[in-house]
Amino acid sequence: MIEVINDKCDFCGVCVAVCPVDSIDLFEARIEIKQNCIDCMLCVWICPVETLAPIEKLQEVECETAMIV
Amino acid sequence: MRDSYDCIVVGGGPGGAWAAKHAAENGVSVLLLEKDREVGIPVRCAEAVSEKGLKTVVEPQPRWISNIIEGFVIVSPDGREVAIDTGKERGYMLDRKIFDYDLVQMATMNGVEVMTKAYVYDLIKPNGTVEGVRVQHMGEHHDIRARIVIGADGVESRVGRWAGLRTNIKMKDMESCLQMTLSNIKVDPKYIYFYLGRDVAPGGYLWIFPKNERVANVGLGISGEYARYKSAKEYLKEFIGRHFPNAAVLYTVVGGVPCATTLKKIVADGLMLVGDAAHQVNPISGGGITTAMIAGKIAGGVAAKAIAEDDVSENRLSQYARDWHKAEGKNHERTYKIKQAVYKLTDEDLNKTADTILSVPLEKRTLANIFRTALFRHPSLILDVVKVFMTK
Repeated sequence: MIEVINDKCDFCGVCVAVCPVDSIDLFEARIEIKQNCIDCMLCVWICPVETLAPIEKLQEVECETAMIV
Repeated sequence: MRDSYDCIVVGGGPGGAWAAKHAAENGVSVLLLEKDREVGIPVRCAEAVSEKGLKTVVEPQPRWISNIIEGFVIVSPDGREVAIDTGKERGYMLDRKIFDYDLVQMATMNGVEVMTKAYVYDLIKPNGTVEGVRVQHMGEHHDIRARIVIGADGVESRVGRWAGLRTNIKMKDMESCLQMTLSNIKVDPKYIYFYLGRDVAPGGYLWIFPKNERVANVGLGISGEYARYKSAKEYLKEFIGRHFPNAAVLYTVVGGVPCATTLKKIVADGLMLVGDAAHQVNPISGGGITTAMIAGKIAGGVAAKAIAEDDVSENRLSQYARDWHKAEGKNHERTYKIKQAVYKLTDEDLNKTADTILSVPLEKRTLANIFRTALFRHPSLILDVVKVFMTK
């Protein structure tokens, strides 16, 4: 899963341009990652100002929870 | 605003403005939609353009030009400065805020209607043919119909995607860019500087483009191939810390530049793409102002003719793609090949090439001369780079 830190974002659209599955919506002052994201990380890597990041911690927590359940 | 026009242009940059202007000039009704509250802002550009290139599309106005560039300096990875005499060929530092604004204003003089803060969120495409746009404006949603939609909506080209065109780009061809306008620095305003090397800007270059002797646009682009290891922000922070530790940052801007060849398909039924949206950018320099305007002019003209002939099919509109290819597209294919070869050069290769060029006395360091010298010693590709920078 990719997290968006909208505060860092300059809304330049470079993430939208590299997304192979059209998973990023760019609004006036907000970007959103849609459900069809394949976690390829291209948007994370291309962003010049590190606006996007994988939610590693959250993922770990979810895994743990899943294992407990 | 009406509920239908002959032609709708999405995006009020130079490509969009020029497409709108030339469509209107050829007798069709045009609406230009800009998502921001004002055209020209934010400036997502390093603002340098060649005088020759600009003059092919518009007569330059003094109020657009903040500085005149008389030559350039390439800084090799080991820090040697190679000045190149460009002779009579000059460059301009544009004030894009004023430039973009004026281009749109010129379009309005041909009857183009303009809507700012107009956020296009979808296309009207009932049977596969594009027939208009869905737009949000001042809290209201509107469907506006058009025979032809021209997408000049920049690197992300949502318009192209909605129309079903494949607008994806390889990571290695996308330049991840960041620029800061620095003040309280000292630069020679006659020269623009390009820094090369893996430590400065891998798969791209860093630029210093002076607006005057105290202010310059300092930025860089790194290839997406390398961006995963270290972001553009980190590279630029390091460079500015080293070279301009006392600078104040007046402006920071982020962007992506598609340094590839033109998209395979830039037209569909009722749709054309122009500028960054179509990847109509010089693949080495990343320059796209003039090329977008050339494309805009062609697209606008073809749009008007197609509407007059009542045929807005992909087949009819493909005249734009063909004419663009002849005008610039095929040059970009050649330039792209050079780019691919240049990116294989190591820092050591670049340093050696700098040596060769430095052996030519400065007053004789014209492009032709350098080319001759280098061809005799070792035919290096950096010279091709120089040529490419000079032509557009």
